[in-house]
Amino acid sequence: MKNRTFAALAFATAVAVIAASRLIPNDYFFSAAYTVLQFIILATAWNILGGYTGYVNFGSAAFFATGAYSSVFLYKALHAPLVVMIVTGTLAAGLLGLAVGYLTLRMRGVFFAIATLALAVVLYTFVVNWDYVGGARGAYIIQPRVIPFGLPRYIHLLYSAMVLMTALALVIARAIETSTIGRGLAAIRDDELAAECAGVPTLRLKLFSATVSGALMGMAGTTFPYYLAYIEPSAAFSLSYAVNSIAMPLIGGMMSWVGPVIGAVLLGSVQQIVQVTISSAWNLLIVGVLLVAFVTLAPNGIMGWVDAWRRKRR
Amino acid sequence: MADQLNQPLLQVSGVTKRFGGFTALDNIDLIVRPCERLVIGPNGSGKSTLVNCIAGTLRNEGGSILFDGRDLGSDPPHGRVRLGLARTFQIPRPFVSMSVLDNLCVPLEYAARQHIKLGKSEIAEAAMHLLEQVGLADKSHALSRGLTQVDMRKLELARAMAAKPKLLISDEAMAGLSASEVDDILVLVSGLQQQGVAVIMIEHVMRAVMKFSERVAVLVAGKKIADGDPQSVVDNDQVIKAYLGE
Repeated sequence: MKNRTFAALAFATAVAVIAASRLIPNDYFFSAAYTVLQFIILATAWNILGGYTGYVNFGSAAFFATGAYSSVFLYKALHAPLVVMIVTGTLAAGLLGLAVGYLTLRMRGVFFAIATLALAVVLYTFVVNWDYVGGARGAYIIQPRVIPFGLPRYIHLLYSAMVLMTALALVIARAIETSTIGRGLAAIRDDELAAECAGVPTLRLKLFSATVSGALMGMAGTTFPYYLAYIEPSAAFSLSYAVNSIAMPLIGGMMSWVGPVIGAVLLGSVQQIVQVTISSAWNLLIVGVLLVAFVTLAPNGIMGWVDAWRRKRR
Repeated sequence: MADQLNQPLLQVSGVTKRFGGFTALDNIDLIVRPCERLVIGPNGSGKSTLVNCIAGTLRNEGGSILFDGRDLGSDPPHGRVRLGLARTFQIPRPFVSMSVLDNLCVPLEYAARQHIKLGKSEIAEAAMHLLEQVGLADKSHALSRGLTQVDMRKLELARAMAAKPKLLISDEAMAGLSASEVDDILVLVSGLQQQGVAVIMIEHVMRAVMKFSERVAVLVAGKKIADGDPQSVVDNDQVIKAYLGE
């Protein structure tokens, strides 16, 4: 399928999903779906750098929080409309991604992963001490009283924005994967030196990959302050974002854009169900157990397993 | 035309490379002309370091490297490949998650496309054509991680050829291969010369060296001790000493 066809299809589906969701009377659905969609974006974005390019990023929370806190800043400073927040947060996180891209010059593997983790800690400390955006106390973000498009509640708007952003993230991820850039990134993942010696401009591609990955993670966070109506650093920098955005592609499969979606839907839904039926404290435990199970039984994720099965049948 | 042929394609002058206190390359001069076949060997240290310096994966401390009349200076490796300077690795480094065919598409898309116009379908065709040349056509859709050592070496060579180079540096493509496999690869490399590609081979396999080369250069302990036609090099006292001791 051509990328343009896929994009048209993805956005058409998104609009259809938004329209169909209006029929659902239960507000909880929107809240739960918002979370799952947010994880689809995070997993898809993480996979661009982690799965396609082979650089494991442990600092997803830093990008997510950059998006979230740039929205808080715009809210405090300008009472900017939601669209402006989304665009600004995405760009800010993209810039952070570019900076992280330069880290790949000197660091690989575990060292890169730890550097990104450190980045999250540094940013966390920075935000905790930045009074203007609430500091350690956190900040209240009041949802606007006027809701556009005749939607009944603000969560409907956030949910709709999330559906569209998910479609955008998937379109971008797929376009990268099927392009020449995608093959270059895969070459870097397999063997960076050999890629360089095959003519691949590795630094440029890594910067591109890190920037896009970071920008999309930030995008997922831009609507988060409105979603919670109250934001504090430990929520925005939660370990759960870092862990989930790695676990989901790992469980779904890292070689294609479908994997993170499967992983995020699966893990995201399970976590939502557990949160309601058992307890919210079980969330990360379940991620951990599933992760161990998959790493042992299907190291290439669900899609890897499907691919192997297909290869065998041929 | 004759003038052009005499113009060196690669001109290495005074290249020096040190690792800490150890001098791996000491003031090396080397000239390769278009379409020339040069073998560096048969023994001595520093050959792979020289390859790395020429390809740009290592930085030389002294001296200069001119390719096609252009000082490579601090050009990154991918820039050099795009200019037409391709190399293979001593230990094959295939892109393991890709099929054999896709392995060749990488240099075709990223290097060859810099000087040849190639559409999407032409890239697949060119890749397939190369696989036929090296005898891997029937494995085109196999994952490269599943190849045998011999096939991996062929793939390594094909991948360097896919960059459509003017100069191909082959780093011990034949180590560990059987006599008939060595012949296969020799035919392949000789074919390159007919296509106007100069070849530098780093090689231990003596038979390959004598059969293949028009010129042989010998490095010992980071110094070039001989450079000339194969027979004169074999007769060279220093080379004999380096090989058999005094």
